[in-house]
Amino acid sequence: MKKSLALLTTSALSLSLVLAGCGGGASGEANDPGSADKGVVNVYNWGVYIDDSVLEDFTAETGIKVNYDTYESNESMYGVLRNDGASYDVVIPSDYMISRMIEEDMLEPLNFDNIPNFEDIDPALKNPDYDPENQYSVPYMWGLLGIIYNTTMVDEAPTSWGTMFDEQYAGQILMFNNSRDAIGVALKYLGYSYNTTDEAQIKEAVDLLIQQKPLVQSYVMDEIFEKMQGGSAAIGAYYYGDFLTMQEVNPDLAFCLPEEGTNLYVDAMCIPKNAENKENAEIFINYMCSTQAGLKNCEEIWYSSPLLSVREELDPEVSGDPYAYPDQSILDQCESFKNLPANTLALYDSEWTRLMLASN
Amino acid sequence: MKNKWLAAPYVVWMAIFVVAPLILVVVFAFTGQDGSVTLDNFSNMGTYVPAFRNSFVLAFVATAICILIGYPLAYFLSREKLMVRKVAMMLIMLPMWMNFLLRTYAWMTILDDNGLINQFLSAIGFFNLWNAIFGTDLTCFHMINTQGAIVLGMVYNFLPFMVLPIFSVIDKIDPKVIEAAQDLGASSSMVFRKVIFPLSLPGVLSGVTMVFIPSVSTFALSRLLGGGKTLLLGDLIEMQFLGNAYNPHLGSAIALVMMVIVLVMMAIMNRFGEGEEGVAVL
Repeated sequence: MKKSLALLTTSALSLSLVLAGCGGGASGEANDPGSADKGVVNVYNWGVYIDDSVLEDFTAETGIKVNYDTYESNESMYGVLRNDGASYDVVIPSDYMISRMIEEDMLEPLNFDNIPNFEDIDPALKNPDYDPENQYSVPYMWGLLGIIYNTTMVDEAPTSWGTMFDEQYAGQILMFNNSRDAIGVALKYLGYSYNTTDEAQIKEAVDLLIQQKPLVQSYVMDEIFEKMQGGSAAIGAYYYGDFLTMQEVNPDLAFCLPEEGTNLYVDAMCIPKNAENKENAEIFINYMCSTQAGLKNCEEIWYSSPLLSVREELDPEVSGDPYAYPDQSILDQCESFKNLPANTLALYDSEWTRLMLASN
Repeated sequence: MKNKWLAAPYVVWMAIFVVAPLILVVVFAFTGQDGSVTLDNFSNMGTYVPAFRNSFVLAFVATAICILIGYPLAYFLSREKLMVRKVAMMLIMLPMWMNFLLRTYAWMTILDDNGLINQFLSAIGFFNLWNAIFGTDLTCFHMINTQGAIVLGMVYNFLPFMVLPIFSVIDKIDPKVIEAAQDLGASSSMVFRKVIFPLSLPGVLSGVTMVFIPSVSTFALSRLLGGGKTLLLGDLIEMQFLGNAYNPHLGSAIALVMMVIVLVMMAIMNRFGEGEEGVAVL
């Protein structure tokens, strides 16, 4: 009896060793396509932020299966990771969220030996403020925020964030449904920095948003696509790349870079601390930095690509677009979000709740 | 006695997926971010009174509308032939085969300012007629992104939960009881008031429970049909877990307060129901 038990244990042990060996081998020689199971990579990205065929190409080329989920704001992504709601291998947060996650020790340093395509990244986007030593992130896309408006529904072209607070557009305005972006719009309009930690300025901005609330048709994130394309709203603040996508559907739409300045953001690929497939994640990140994948993504979502080779391959009409690849005079008007200290973040939370609870 | 074990899978299920999460909610509600025991999460509950008010008022209105629509429907349905009843039941259940969110998305398209209803009314010249008569300048009925749209979403999604229990209770009323009332000279309205309605109350009570509770805690509806402008309890709680304000402890505290209020309301209602007929709510 004891003997057979020992035998069973040994065989179970050796079986698990064999299995473990398989797993290790798979990730070691991941560039060899077609052979056995190469494991998976769990990717968590923004909604409407990829050319889906790139994922198929990736699996065809590497044999790694992609489990792909989407989120709609940095904050909801952060909530899921903090809750341990799921384990992801690659996430693509924005600049300020990356620096928050670095500070809170939620990200794994990348092994850049496995990401040779990092060379192709625009040097201007390397060693950014949010990741000064460039240890944790590889830029995925970047771009500008601005006002998208329907030329048939406004009397004159907007030039200022003030349009978002203009009473003549009551019921026609779409506002961000997340605290950082929404409060940011008001801060910029008031002439303050996105990164102010001054309690009075933030409260003033939220007071302005509360005044604006009766004018707002709805608070949206990606719902803005449908509403602007369908002509059910006249004005909304969103990203230039998304504007190009919307304009393909509804040519009446136009884009305005507000005179008060705007937000320049970078979304970058990172590996969370508890990632189970770190090597596959690095293979994935490297693949997304290939010219082929970068070009496909860029031509699908129209955000600005950080890859130099992609910019060369793009239609000159696109790569010469002053809002897609802005020159220094525009960049000088832009400000990026930085991570805020904990007490300011707490203030954002309570102020956002105050706005949401305010009556219409 | 042996058959008792047949319930074991469900008991295990309940323990893992109902009781354990409930305990976690309580633990979270009474602890702070740093893990220490605290009442802080409850001390600011007053700030959220508007969300409680929004949720309870809208859920109450939706429940009342469900009774007004659902009771007559269930009553007349129970008098119909078997075939009609089967078809009607099928039609009531049919929308539930499709996902709740998809159905709600459909309502967005229907209620929009450029949506199906307004397009239809505009195509048949309704707005021209209306403007000619009332001298107004109307181009559409504004329906989406209002509290009315949220209530509509609640009624549409939860109405079957009102109709089904009322129907099954009325359907089981012994016809002899009604005959007896008639023999004793009751008019048909009196039969309804004195016999059928009191006997159907347990169905109404369980219908109210099954409509009111999901309505109070619903969250996607406000975002989709209300334009995110009316913060409901469900949204407020979701915000603490997946949204802008990451604070599961506060979220649990709000959820706990909501559960206690609902429990108290249900207890009062059941007391009221027992007084009528002595039948416990399903």
